[in-house]
Amino acid sequence: MSTIDPKSDNTRRVQDLYVLVFWAATIVFVGVMAAALIFSFMYRERPGRTAQQIHGNTRLEIVWTLIPVVILAVIAVPTFDTVIKTTGDAPEGALEVIATGHQWWFEFEYPELGVTTANEMHVPVGRAVNVKLRSVDVIHSFWVPQLTGKTDMVPGHDNRLWFTPEVEGEFRAQCAEFCGTSHANMRFRVFVRSQGDFEAWVANQKKDRVAPTADLAKQGEQVFLTGACVGCHVVRGTAAAARVGPELTHVGERTTIASALLDNTPENMARWLRNPPAAKPGSKMPNLNLTEDQIQKLVAYLESLK
Amino acid sequence: MATTAGTLPAVGAHSGLWSWLTTVDHKRIGALYGVSAMAFFIMGGIEAILIRTQLAVPNGTVLEADRFNQLFTMHALTMIFLGVMPLGAAFFNWFVPLQIGARDVAFPRLNALSYWVFIGGGLLFVSSFIFGGAPNAGWFAYAPLTSERMSPGSGMDFYVVGLLMLGLSSLIAALNFAVTIINMRAPGMTMMRLPVFIWMTLVVAFLLILSLPVLTVALIQLLFDRSFTTHFFSPEEGGNPILWQHLFWVFGHPEVYILILPSFGIISEVLPVFSRKPLFGYAAVVFAGVSIAVLGFAVWSHHMFTTGLGTVPQIVFSASTMAIAVPTGVKIFNWLGTLYGGNIRFTTAMYFAVSVIVLFTIGGVTGVMHATVPVDTQQQDTYFIVAHLHYVLFGGSIMGIFSGVYYWFPKMTGRFLHEGLGKLHFWLFFIGMNLTFFPMHFLGVGGMPRRIYTYDADLGFDTWNMVATIGAYIIAVGMLAFLWNFVRTMRQAPSAPNDPWGGATLEWATSSPPPEHDFDVVPEVHDRDPLWYNRDHGVTTPAAPAHLHIHMPPPSYYPLVLGGALLLMGIGVLSHLAVTALGVVIAIYAVWAWTLEPTD
Repeated sequence: MSTIDPKSDNTRRVQDLYVLVFWAATIVFVGVMAAALIFSFMYRERPGRTAQQIHGNTRLEIVWTLIPVVILAVIAVPTFDTVIKTTGDAPEGALEVIATGHQWWFEFEYPELGVTTANEMHVPVGRAVNVKLRSVDVIHSFWVPQLTGKTDMVPGHDNRLWFTPEVEGEFRAQCAEFCGTSHANMRFRVFVRSQGDFEAWVANQKKDRVAPTADLAKQGEQVFLTGACVGCHVVRGTAAAARVGPELTHVGERTTIASALLDNTPENMARWLRNPPAAKPGSKMPNLNLTEDQIQKLVAYLESLK
Repeated sequence: MATTAGTLPAVGAHSGLWSWLTTVDHKRIGALYGVSAMAFFIMGGIEAILIRTQLAVPNGTVLEADRFNQLFTMHALTMIFLGVMPLGAAFFNWFVPLQIGARDVAFPRLNALSYWVFIGGGLLFVSSFIFGGAPNAGWFAYAPLTSERMSPGSGMDFYVVGLLMLGLSSLIAALNFAVTIINMRAPGMTMMRLPVFIWMTLVVAFLLILSLPVLTVALIQLLFDRSFTTHFFSPEEGGNPILWQHLFWVFGHPEVYILILPSFGIISEVLPVFSRKPLFGYAAVVFAGVSIAVLGFAVWSHHMFTTGLGTVPQIVFSASTMAIAVPTGVKIFNWLGTLYGGNIRFTTAMYFAVSVIVLFTIGGVTGVMHATVPVDTQQQDTYFIVAHLHYVLFGGSIMGIFSGVYYWFPKMTGRFLHEGLGKLHFWLFFIGMNLTFFPMHFLGVGGMPRRIYTYDADLGFDTWNMVATIGAYIIAVGMLAFLWNFVRTMRQAPSAPNDPWGGATLEWATSSPPPEHDFDVVPEVHDRDPLWYNRDHGVTTPAAPAHLHIHMPPPSYYPLVLGGALLLMGIGVLSHLAVTALGVVIAIYAVWAWTLEPTD
């Protein structure tokens, strides 16, 4: 999550600026602190000392008005330059992604590729990503510290940001605008992949769900399709087509569940199904009072959706 | 005293509970403000301790998510509106008349009213914890999270009504102090001879007068959205949630200067007195304060750099925000200039005052980092901002306020706070606040967002969070040292002379504590530092006449009655409109009787 370990073009630009401002700030602070300490020590009360009755000095006033002006000018020029470079249009050929904030999870749609997923965003290395930012309820904020500074997801007001990831890897991210009870639990991950890996991922995502083969998983699909699950979720290739909660067609392939709150293990999946609001306070998915039998079947099914 | 038909009988008592409830004496109202605000400050501190306890370790289990959200919301609201602002008001009340050589404020009953409205609003706010949950959408209350649909409980209604009352109280007080400073100065006290504390009070008064109406409009729109299904801020019906942010921060940024300038005023009094030399660059310090206030209205969108403002607004607000660093720097350099060449007496008040220079500078330079928009997109809504704002508001405001407490305590009570305990208090606060807030810079740079009740163990946040929590407990111990000092001192007999510190300003020309009429003879002012001028030029105060015939305004019930009526109107909005109607009836009666009340 570090903000000073940049792994994209734009965060590197921010980092260069941060280093400049950091040193300017440090020099000013050290100067003020040194003066305060030195004067406090040099001019402390002494027998026989009298205070010099100075009322001011116009030349000094002008000097120490101009010094901050010069320092600020040195900071302002690269600041404005970086603003222009990073907030302008994304480079040609950028990958389009629509990121939508929900209380409390992220949805990612790739309109050119016909892929929709949740909480784990995959992008190819070295290609700019143009992210359109939306929200369906309250204000959220899209932030991947190592890849991009934050921009808010405002309902009724589309925003966007872009960045070009420079190295492959897995990057942690978290909603950065307070958005209600489980704001702290609204996280996501970005996977920067090689072009080949990314294409393979897309090809798999475009497929309908893998039909379950194991008995337990087959029974799980029945529980899924006859229960409350279909009221909110999509599993392409089945009758489940409601877009309220996260898309689950390939949920078994994700590394995390519950908006990157829990590792995607059978134990965690069972824990989530047993009582979602216990894992994520305020969760819009209620406790469905599933039986342990139903939970085991659903876990087998969901984990099979690779 | 003449009585008028329909009004309550005149108040006779000058001591006891009744005299406090009906007082219009600026010093007593100042004491009421000070004690109440200190109680609320402790409450805000307890909220902070709970927050820090939850965050001491990863995956903390002390507080549930919603309770945590209530606590960080109430911590901010309590500290800002019920702690720091009224502590400033306590000093305004005490020292505006005394420093300008007046016998009271321009409108003494209005002054009492502003206190009673404040205490009503404050108690209403705090009662939300008992009645269905405190506000939990942050003190900034971003729409549409605050809508009836997203926040169905009563917490946000308490927020709206509480803030409307507190805003009214501040507005009344601000008008009163502006009129007092402009009209009631002693002979010879020209504007450019005003103590810097008075200048900063005047600037704060104008900031309040210009910014609070904006907040009031936004709050009423929010009230209408929640209660009468209007759609000012709801996007699905064509409203605009970003409008709330603009309105809130047009108030909210000047509010930062409302919180910090009283402290700047206080240390501009304390530093010269204990350096035993005049303030360096008086005119520059005054004009810097005024410039900060003017620029403060042109920077609100720097709170909104991540909302998608677009390239040009980002650059404009970045430039205006950086510009504020210039007058702020001028103030800091002049304070350093004041220390230079002095014969510095390090009392507790002076410890606090010098620490403000250093601590506020940390908050100032990190502020420049946030003015740098691209850097802000990384730091916005992280703990880096929490560090920054606490260096400004704790390192700047709170430390400055305590400097004022130790400096003026002998004048206010006739008693000296114990210096040894005072220095213990200082060091506990100084070490505690640096341990609490400095590590938050590292947490923010490390990517820890604000307003999260829990965090994972594998993100490297645990060590610095634990350090910050330990620091918070050290601050709490420092506060206990202060309270013990206060209790201990108040049990002693008054012993302070008129001018224990060799002060330069008029409050030191009268007794400690001052008589009800402040000055036996209204002083005449010949210089910016009147008492030092008198000392150096052998000017003596004319002796008081044997029989003083000084007319002071009599005590009055009506500020209390009207304040109570306004509280009823507020309670009615939260419960049943019949209560509001009752409040309106009482308010009409109180205003009528107020008008007819004899003033001699």
